[in-house]
Amino acid sequence: MEIKLKLNGRNITASVESDTVLLDFLREKGCLSVKRGCDTSNCGLCTVLMDGKPVLSCSALAVRADGHEIYTLEGLQEEASDFVGFIADQGADQCGFCNPGFVMNTIALLRENPDPTDDEIRAFLAGNLCRCSGYDGQLRGIRNYLNSKKG
Amino acid sequence: MEHKEYKSINKSVRKKDSMQLLLGKPVYTDDVSPKDALIVKILRSPHANAIVEEINTDIAKKVPGVVAVYTWEDVPKTRFAIAGQTFPEPSPYDRLILDRHVRFAGDAVAIVAAETEKAAVKAMNLIKVKYQVLEAVLDFRTAKDNPVLVHPEDDWFPPCEVGGDPKRNMVASADETHGDVEGILSECDIVLERTYHTKAYNQAMMEPFTAYAEFDRYGRLHLISSTQIVFHTRRILSRALGIPKSKIRVEKPRIGGGFGAKQTAVCDVYPAFVAMKTGRPAQIIYTREESQIAGSPRHEMEITVRMGAMNDGTIRVMDLYTLSNTGAYGEHGPTTVGLSGHKAIPLYTGSLEAFRFHYDVVYTNHQAAGAYRGYGATQGIFAVESIVNELAEKIGMDASVIRDRNMLKEGMVMPAYYNEIANSCALDRCMEHCRQLFNWEERSKVRDMGNGKVRTAGVAMAMQGSCISNIDVGSATLKLSEDGTYNLIIGAADMGTGCDTILAQMAAELMDCDVDDIAVFGADTDVSPYDSGSYASSTTYITGQAVVKACNELKKNICAIASEMLGCAEEEVEFAGTCVRHPGTGQTVSLTDIAYKAQVGNTIAAESTATHSSPVSPPPYMVGMVEIELDKLTGEVKVLDYTAVVDCGIPINPALARIQTEGGIVQGIGHTLMENVTYDGRGKPMESSFMQYKLPTRLDVGNLTVEFEHTYEPTGPFGAKSIGEIVINTPAPAIAHAIRRATGVWHRTLPITPENIAMSVSED
Repeated sequence: MEIKLKLNGRNITASVESDTVLLDFLREKGCLSVKRGCDTSNCGLCTVLMDGKPVLSCSALAVRADGHEIYTLEGLQEEASDFVGFIADQGADQCGFCNPGFVMNTIALLRENPDPTDDEIRAFLAGNLCRCSGYDGQLRGIRNYLNSKKG
Repeated sequence: MEHKEYKSINKSVRKKDSMQLLLGKPVYTDDVSPKDALIVKILRSPHANAIVEEINTDIAKKVPGVVAVYTWEDVPKTRFAIAGQTFPEPSPYDRLILDRHVRFAGDAVAIVAAETEKAAVKAMNLIKVKYQVLEAVLDFRTAKDNPVLVHPEDDWFPPCEVGGDPKRNMVASADETHGDVEGILSECDIVLERTYHTKAYNQAMMEPFTAYAEFDRYGRLHLISSTQIVFHTRRILSRALGIPKSKIRVEKPRIGGGFGAKQTAVCDVYPAFVAMKTGRPAQIIYTREESQIAGSPRHEMEITVRMGAMNDGTIRVMDLYTLSNTGAYGEHGPTTVGLSGHKAIPLYTGSLEAFRFHYDVVYTNHQAAGAYRGYGATQGIFAVESIVNELAEKIGMDASVIRDRNMLKEGMVMPAYYNEIANSCALDRCMEHCRQLFNWEERSKVRDMGNGKVRTAGVAMAMQGSCISNIDVGSATLKLSEDGTYNLIIGAADMGTGCDTILAQMAAELMDCDVDDIAVFGADTDVSPYDSGSYASSTTYITGQAVVKACNELKKNICAIASEMLGCAEEEVEFAGTCVRHPGTGQTVSLTDIAYKAQVGNTIAAESTATHSSPVSPPPYMVGMVEIELDKLTGEVKVLDYTAVVDCGIPINPALARIQTEGGIVQGIGHTLMENVTYDGRGKPMESSFMQYKLPTRLDVGNLTVEFEHTYEPTGPFGAKSIGEIVINTPAPAIAHAIRRATGVWHRTLPITPENIAMSVSED
């Protein structure tokens, strides 16, 4: 079936099968930042923004995107660049496979709550698993970014 | 200890790939593989032990889009091992690409290749298999000499003699004794005997097993794989497929985590086989379920320790027996078990007069185990550190003080560690530092919080190695470019650990340039100099030293070219970073000019390749202390604070060493409190997804504090030792210790879940 959506700021029309998962559709469209880490909505690697809200693209059908606006990390490079360097300075990117989903959800967090506490950061990002970093370095990176904004 | 001011060493520089990774660039196997590849899927056995009596693929092959379906009848009959180890491997050759005898629920029965995933899955469901279901060996305690054999075949082949006997379900066995164990035990005031049980944890790296295979423009098999071991994978494929190594090229792009899982060629042979048979590109991506049930997890071990001590806390003798469950195939079975003794017993070299270490490694009809960060040391250290905590309590001594009294100290010979000398060892300083930092004296007290919750603390020490001594080989090539920058080419595999960066830091230090002036490439069997691969904690220590050698050799070559340009003898000039100088005349020639000269009428290579191996494997050391809050009603344990002090020699990159430590601690917390691996009565694995296999989230981790005690390891590059594996070893014994103090119960089986705690009865 045909769907129309706005992907990373561009209007597109695409033909999809009724059972195509949004994650696979987005990767087909070249949004390779979107990663599959589980199949059970547990890892958060496939997080994208639908109408500004974070969704797990492994658990949404492509047809659900019809008439909506989707952003992947490909479309939010500048917004992400504002803060990811602080995570890099901690060495907390590690293998990087969880980074796009985690970065997308951090963008959603910071849009909703520009000055979160550490506990609010932990709670918002709780669905983003990382097997390498132990999470603390990611938190330090976000905290350093927030502090830098305050001067 | 050497105190040097470095420009690039001991500096927290960003990883070279950081921004690519954080901005989601396409750098992983599935991102870089061409999209026209056939999709490869594996039909897996639902039975733990069975013979494929009949298999009918006729209908499956008729599914539109299906290109091929292969069964045991279609594959080569040469047995091989998929463990990434130096030849001849200690792991037995006990696999076929597809075997008529399937040995665990999840073992491969058929390979399907199709144009789309949908067609492949549909075809899988249409393959008709008639199994003769056999009785299975599901409890590893009953495996040895069980009449049911996991590997009854006659072509089972061990490349090394490690005490295996498939007719007894044995993969390896050994017994070593140092000193008069029984005699000293009889003299001891107190003898404890305890048995500890650890599970077959999954590495659960975020990127599942993935590989892509094609035939390149020279007609050679080209594999792109998420692997830690490009060279071993080439050798494994060559044997499994029966094609020469010269016809195979293996490369790795960025890797989405490995932790040892990708030190085994888990999935590579399937797309390679399909590409070979069809002549078409082929790709496999394991589902998370496949990664969980047909991967390469930790060896389940049951470890019995007898420890003899005096009432004053002197630990005099240890007898450690390990029973290790290698599962259906023997990958890493004979070697992981060794570390359960050799990297646990030496912690008490300070007072031990005698030890015995003996073990059996058995086949069962469980998922085959493999390499996982810690590699047996994690299991052994859980047992040894736990029994020392039990001993301390029995004789009424502080658990940190009993360690002061008995621990290994710098300069000691370690009889339980191949008689190596601890040339760099700050275990004592780590303990004192950690005690102060954590405030052990106060926080180790059992404190009833008055709300049904108890707070208290636990402690453990750890060690690991820095390579496999006399075996691991690392190499590096350093090339000068026209603008005076360098290319560093390695065969080690950065799987997120940051080795590309720390090796570049070493090169930058020696070539007196910026880290940004070192471009790193790795790893590709066609391009990289030989490296055993990234495992056994070896990359910093072994490949690092190869980088040092390559730099020093290249400096000589650069000076030789420069001296020709200056018309003087080679010995008269010196390398000065951006130029070569003649101190006598004050003349200089710039690196750029030298690099251009190297391209004109030149016979001296402006590049150098060097190789390193080590007769010793200097252990890093660590002390971990944990404060928990335990809910006595529900059994819930919260980790409030984990404090660790690590001696990894001189950390090349302190930020990366810290993250390695934090990440390892959190994996250890997961193994101790929530991750479990169980099988149902018919041998089906229960924790087959992240729904059941509970990885720690960021809500499960309290405050982490990591600091370092520096030593200078004389055989390591810039005094460095390893960091990657040791960091997973302290959480289990430290947390179990704290739980005992909170509840009065020693939990000797992992994980220690809230149910286990709530249902347990105090022994006091």
